[in-house]
Amino acid sequence: MQELSAYLVPHRLDEALQAMADDEATVFCGGTDLSPQTESGARQYKATLLNIRRIEGLGGIDAQGDEIRIGATTTVSEIRRSAVLAEVAPVLVEAAEHFASEQIRNAASVGGNLCNASPAGDMSPPLLVLGASVELACWRNDAVHTRRVPLERFFLGPGKTVRLPQELLTAVVFERPAAGFVGRFRKAGPRPALEISTVSVALGARFADGRLRDVRVAMGSVAPTPLRARHVEAALEGQPLNAATLAAAVEAAAEDAKPIDDVRASAWYRGHLVRVFVEEVLNDVRRD
Amino acid sequence: MSVETEIRFKLNGREVGLKVPATMKTLAMLRDKLGLTGTKYACGEGECGACTVRIDGKTVNSCLMYAVDCDGREVVTIEGLRTPEGLHPMQQAFVEHGAVQCGFCMPGMIMQAQYLVENNPDLTREEAQRGLEGNLCRCTGYTKVLDAVQAVAGRNECRSR
Repeated sequence: MQELSAYLVPHRLDEALQAMADDEATVFCGGTDLSPQTESGARQYKATLLNIRRIEGLGGIDAQGDEIRIGATTTVSEIRRSAVLAEVAPVLVEAAEHFASEQIRNAASVGGNLCNASPAGDMSPPLLVLGASVELACWRNDAVHTRRVPLERFFLGPGKTVRLPQELLTAVVFERPAAGFVGRFRKAGPRPALEISTVSVALGARFADGRLRDVRVAMGSVAPTPLRARHVEAALEGQPLNAATLAAAVEAAAEDAKPIDDVRASAWYRGHLVRVFVEEVLNDVRRD
Repeated sequence: MSVETEIRFKLNGREVGLKVPATMKTLAMLRDKLGLTGTKYACGEGECGACTVRIDGKTVNSCLMYAVDCDGREVVTIEGLRTPEGLHPMQQAFVEHGAVQCGFCMPGMIMQAQYLVENNPDLTREEAQRGLEGNLCRCTGYTKVLDAVQAVAGRNECRSR
């Protein structure tokens, strides 16, 4: 095990990326996940502790154009209070509303929540149904290189993503949802606050003439990663949103959700909850 | 031993400068380096809110926050809440409503309650309940805490600092 030998707090992205180039940096922003993970010994510090919170241009929400861009260091509170997100992507605001506690929301960043790659991460399902991608930047050949990865291909397993150790997640981006877009988010835990989701479900789709189109359904805490529920989506796509379609979608949820028994809930209970939530979000859309 | 960094920030209105280990948390710095023991260590992992402080006006769990990130910022602890006239109105309301039982969660409760009222002078009881969800009291004294917060919100006389 190596010793932590430097603390860096750069103001420019290129400085941060250069510090990460040798793969020896532990990155933090709010520290709400890194603190308990390192205190418990579940995670060790690398040689450099890198604070990215003060990097210019890495925070804030830009919704001017056709693409909505949320900087990596944007806090969950900023998402929760964003008037523009409440208008264009209320499903994300809804998830922020039920994220941990006010004190954690004030510190935790959206980039950190995604990079932590918990199957229960509350920012993941809403961003998955918005069709979001993440931007990953790195320093190579004396320049900043950026690539985009669709969020659904970002997660590999609990705590594991396709992000390389030299790469920094700089932003999450998604296309401005089309007219008639509906989004819903549900999560459950033993108490309404400060709870690691037992199960979460998000729905995003265009709703017109009683039918859902371009349907995206995402689930959390039912598999090693947050996932897109392809079977549920297929059961809904273009179908009239009636009792038969609802029943088919609920049935299909069992194909997508592969939960396990753990300290927080049994696989059986998670399997049950996910079906209840799929039905709830669809009924909710139908009522509107 | 982890690497140390020199930081400067405003603590309860006063400039302070000190050297902290890079991995030290704000709570440990306040209690062990600066002697401000009003902010409490309870769960140490952001679940209970006993360590709540204000950083640039916003409440955070100081047990999770890296002390090095206080550099250049404004930090207010429960010690900074008192006014020249004595107790802050929120503290006074907690006293008057008997909201304090064992008292260990109180500094965090009061910091969070004051933050809520400051940001929403018309705070309802339900909003106070939501806003205090990150603060646990194991004496189960929430009713009187909410009474106290509501009294201050109702009087709308909470001064910001």
